[in-house]
Amino acid sequence: MNTTAPTTEQILGPTPGQILRRKIFGHRGIVIGGGIFLIIVLMAVLAPLIAPYDPYHQDLVARLVPPIWQDKGTWTHVLGTDQVGRDYLSRLIYGARISLMIGVMAALISGIIGTSMGVAAGYFGGKVDMVVTFLITCRLSLPVILVSLAVVAIVGGSLEMVILVLGLLLWDRYAVVMRASTQQIRSLDYIAAAQAAGCSTWYILAREILPNVMNQLIVVATLEFAHAVLLEAALSFLGLGVQPPLPSWGLMISEGRNYILFDAWLIAIPGSALFMMLLAVNLLGDGVRDVTVPENRA
Amino acid sequence: MLIYTAKRILLAILVSLTVSALVFSLLYLSGDPATALAGERANEADILAIKAAYGFDQPVYVQYFKWLAGAVQGEFGNSVYFRLPVIDLITERLPVTMTLGVCAMAFALLLSIPLGVLAAMYPNSLIDRAALLLAVLGQALPSFWFALMLIVVFAYWFPILPASGSDSWEHFVLPTIVLGYYATPAFMRLTRTGLLDVLSSDYVRTARAKGLRPAKVLFKHALRNAIIPVVSLAAVQFGFMLTGSIIIETVFALHGAGFLAWESISRSDFPTVQAVLLLFSWFYIILTFLADLLNAWLNPRIRVA
Repeated sequence: MNTTAPTTEQILGPTPGQILRRKIFGHRGIVIGGGIFLIIVLMAVLAPLIAPYDPYHQDLVARLVPPIWQDKGTWTHVLGTDQVGRDYLSRLIYGARISLMIGVMAALISGIIGTSMGVAAGYFGGKVDMVVTFLITCRLSLPVILVSLAVVAIVGGSLEMVILVLGLLLWDRYAVVMRASTQQIRSLDYIAAAQAAGCSTWYILAREILPNVMNQLIVVATLEFAHAVLLEAALSFLGLGVQPPLPSWGLMISEGRNYILFDAWLIAIPGSALFMMLLAVNLLGDGVRDVTVPENRA
Repeated sequence: MLIYTAKRILLAILVSLTVSALVFSLLYLSGDPATALAGERANEADILAIKAAYGFDQPVYVQYFKWLAGAVQGEFGNSVYFRLPVIDLITERLPVTMTLGVCAMAFALLLSIPLGVLAAMYPNSLIDRAALLLAVLGQALPSFWFALMLIVVFAYWFPILPASGSDSWEHFVLPTIVLGYYATPAFMRLTRTGLLDVLSSDYVRTARAKGLRPAKVLFKHALRNAIIPVVSLAAVQFGFMLTGSIIIETVFALHGAGFLAWESISRSDFPTVQAVLLLFSWFYIILTFLADLLNAWLNPRIRVA
């Protein structure tokens, strides 16, 4: 007898948690996207520790110092300095904070609005559904960029204002997706069972519906996060978003625009950072969708 | 079909009215529009004069209905900055935006449909992966930054195309690429999944079994059906493109309606802002309405719902 008894793991097979972990770490998009995103988050959190200079400190003697890979680049300013001599690397690092903050806050505000509307429409149906669908149609008819530009121009641009405007505008996708998912779940047996057991509507919404639409919610949240980051950069680029001297990436591109002819790196650097962040979030969102709700893949 | 059309028309009108009310109320976000228009150095008398001139002294709902009645007839008042009728400004600028929109749409479709078809014909091949990579990168590319980088490369490093202006066809090349590229990933994914679905269907197998040439099966039988959702997406995307043109036109200084929108927003030219916003919204509503009708006509199952 040289056979050993099978271990518990061999008998039971991998647990759902292990399967999920394997799927996540085996998914190239999640690993790459997650890796880049993690770096950006660390950059934002540790900004005061890792930024070599104060992002607002101007040094008019050292204006437009080129980055290290160009002929006149120096190690004192690895990514060079901008038109008023502020260290570009430090501004880039602090800029991650602004993008992350806007993305998270706008996705959160619009998520609360859109999810409540979508879940209500899907669960109650009838007139509630009609009203919500109508509101979604109206919202979709309004061009986001134009409305946010106009509102910011009228009310005045600031970080808080951009977050608020984007949060109040970007709820449509949440509402559409949550409505459809809730409609699917509503007709399932366990909802009927909960109703028969006398659970309150709030209890059913919070404990039966919401946990089961969470996967789709996370996917939409990543998409809207990226959408908000992109729109903030566009608004700031057009001069109607976050105001100077804040180191917003969009604003940095806008400020570098006048030097586009000789110092193209001034726009190339913040633009690449923005591109990397959007790429990471999109990869992450696609990956989460692949792993959790493969049937929604388009 | 008739009942469905009537229902959709009613919905479109209701949405248009709601949107117009929202657009109108934007003006009141600043508090008192007359004070905002008059500027910081205005005195009481100036503000009163502006109130009377623009009708701000009347009740809000009267102002709204007057404005809406004018808007329906194409009468939006005078631009505060240009001192010209707003409608003249828009009709002068709209052709540029429309040209850009049509070119960008053509570019997007010409790029994405062949790529989508190839990707679906050879799933998981190199070309499929390349197309997917293009889509993933395209979705993450901020359009205004892409535009600036194209200017750097094609207007400064290799000066073959102009960086700004709207005088000749060359001025439209870079804006078309930027605006069109933006819509490409969505079209490509839709063509690919649609065609993959259709290619595995029974009637395509029948067509193959009876010995039709592969090209005929692909173009005459499969693609025709797979392309339906792309057509309706194209209508909606055209609406998005017009909005996207605000950023593109600003970067390239193309004097279209999008540029006008940005100019009037940054100069607090409220009548022009409202007019452009309303027209863009109405345009989008009409496009989605047409897309819905097209869908219902092509797919009778939708009419019942």
